[in-house]
Amino acid sequence: MWAMIVKEFRQVRRDRRTLAMMIVLPVILLIVFGYAASFDVSKIPTVAAGPQAAALVHSLGKPFDLVAAAPGEGRAWAQTQLRNNTNGADVAVITGSGPTQVLIDGSQLFSAKAALGALAAVQEKAVAERASGSPVQRPQVTVLYNPELKTSYIMIPGLCGVILVFIGTIITSLGVVRERQTGTLEQLAVMPLRPRDVFLGKITPYFVVACVDLAIVLAIGVAVFGVPFRGSYAVFGLGALLFLFVTLGLGVLISSVSENQGQAIQLSVMVMLPQVLLSGLIFPLSSIAIGVRWISYILPLTYFNEISRGVMLRAEPIGPLWQPFVFLALLGLIVFTLASLRFRSFLAPAAPRHGRGRAPAALQPAAVDAGRAMQEAGGGPERGAVGDKRAGAETSGGPAVRAAAGQGDPAGPAGPADQAGSGSAGDGR
Amino acid sequence: MTAPSPGSGTGSAAAATQDWWGTEDACVRYGDKLALDHVTFRAVPGRVSAVVGGDGAGRTTLLRCLAGALAVTSGRVRLPPPLRIGYLSAGSGTYPDLTVDENLAFRATAYQLPAAVARERSAGLLERAGLSGARDRLAGRLSGGMRQKLGVIASMLHQPDLLVLDEPTTGVDPVSRADLWWLIAQAAANGAAVVFATSYLDEAERAVSVLALDDGRALASGTPEEIIAAMPGTLRVSDARPEGEARRRAWRRGGRWRIWDPPGQPGEPQAPGRPVPPDLQDAVTVAILARELAGAEAESVELEGGGSR
Repeated sequence: MWAMIVKEFRQVRRDRRTLAMMIVLPVILLIVFGYAASFDVSKIPTVAAGPQAAALVHSLGKPFDLVAAAPGEGRAWAQTQLRNNTNGADVAVITGSGPTQVLIDGSQLFSAKAALGALAAVQEKAVAERASGSPVQRPQVTVLYNPELKTSYIMIPGLCGVILVFIGTIITSLGVVRERQTGTLEQLAVMPLRPRDVFLGKITPYFVVACVDLAIVLAIGVAVFGVPFRGSYAVFGLGALLFLFVTLGLGVLISSVSENQGQAIQLSVMVMLPQVLLSGLIFPLSSIAIGVRWISYILPLTYFNEISRGVMLRAEPIGPLWQPFVFLALLGLIVFTLASLRFRSFLAPAAPRHGRGRAPAALQPAAVDAGRAMQEAGGGPERGAVGDKRAGAETSGGPAVRAAAGQGDPAGPAGPADQAGSGSAGDGR
Repeated sequence: MTAPSPGSGTGSAAAATQDWWGTEDACVRYGDKLALDHVTFRAVPGRVSAVVGGDGAGRTTLLRCLAGALAVTSGRVRLPPPLRIGYLSAGSGTYPDLTVDENLAFRATAYQLPAAVARERSAGLLERAGLSGARDRLAGRLSGGMRQKLGVIASMLHQPDLLVLDEPTTGVDPVSRADLWWLIAQAAANGAAVVFATSYLDEAERAVSVLALDDGRALASGTPEEIIAAMPGTLRVSDARPEGEARRRAWRRGGRWRIWDPPGQPGEPQAPGRPVPPDLQDAVTVAILARELAGAEAESVELEGGGSR
């Protein structure tokens, strides 16, 4: 048993990445769950429309936080603010003609629930204070986009993103690193394929599969779970496309820094886990401590969540969604550039090929001289003259090799009996 | 600098008249290690050349340079354009999760072979190599020898001008080796300059020219006859291991001992064994031995010199 323990420790020590994962992952999880994992909403961004609406929001107190006020506007303005998530608004208070209205954005599930709870508390307090007096005027509360506050409504648009991450990052990284493991990578490297062709050829199937998967998840979400799809398919599709580019790029990037599929899976999980936990998919972004929240804003899923929930539930048009679109495009550009650069060196580990200008400085003197061969083409002997008695004039039998190759003479030409087949250089000394 | 792509199958006019492909004074350095040390190697169209050497001798490094997979650190490499090179890397270089036909179809497309030509050539080569019945089998399910044959067929399907095969026959049974040799001969008959690496010296003896590498350096090169003729000294064969100083110059081969007597140090008349004419395996072994002994001698001289100061 001791031998086994020592061997195992040696192997673990050698595999730096696993070691790092064993030590770093618990720390990351602790931080994430400690600071980020919270369903509590301490602040609800609120907009006020109509006369005295701002004062009314102030009087509501915590957790309502006034982010914009428009005394001259009405319900239409307020609803647009919620739909477009302007200033992150989750609640709108509208005063003016008729009773006070409160609109709540049901696509922000936790904020909506917190808002309903807080409003009820305010009501109770008001009733208690006015117990002897006049009746309390109850505001008209409407939950928009997700009136029944169903969890599936917010989870399924987010899950679309998780599925794209899964295929784009994990499956793609496995597919590419497999070439290294099967030993076909070197073969690919010398084939007359441009790195770009190999790169695109590699990711296109995963792209198609991811698109089909996305369509299936959406169809099931809408048909089985009744999740509405209120916005534009084109805007959603564009967002998914951009997001997919980022995740595919991440997949290729991971595979190009991994030696085997095990390492690729480890890295993919390390990329996927924070996206699931910190992108707002499960825990509301506003509840994540600011020290950790910045991580959310470098994760592509955060932006895809904004797009998918905005488009599917609130019918948000592309205009107000420009920020997530721009950030996704930027992330895609960075990741894709890094991935294709890494992929080139992944394809030709030490080898700039055939004057394509990819030679590292240290290798520049090495002249791979395809051009000279072409220039000198006229000077060489005719092919027929190249072969001597052994050369390729014959077209059958053993033309260019010395013995009659393959004609019932597998073990070699008539050599001394003791050399059969195993005499390697320096062998047996 | 992209060379014009020649028509598939027929070979370009330039390539057809090219007298050799290979390296001139090539060095390859991995960090501190010089994996190839000023090696000149020429592969001639229509001929089969062998690169031999022990493990770590630099065979694979040289072949990777010839395949265009590795750039030399210094020196020159003269190669056809990638489209006209065929390469079998160590291992079969085929996809285990694709069938034999699918593997060949992928290779044909990558090398821009018209589908009809590819089908015809594949069928012919598979038939001759005894793989016709395995066309729908996954490459991963083939035996080692069958997979090697598939790898060689895949690398020669586009009838390259330069065919580079890294240990095509290692771990292959004698019958499959015969098939492999037929394929190699066929490629040369089609006009390819064929280079193969092997650790089997009897196999290298079939090649028209041989380059023996040791520790990244060219140990011997030429036709097998030239290499054998260039062997210094004489050779004895004995049933018993020699005693004394000759022990360092002896090695076991088959059930007997070969003893090399360097020039100027002919075996004493009473020394055991009878003279035997060397073959390629002996000549290469002697070359390695001579280098090792010279190295050891130089080292001891150096030590003595250092001690006297």
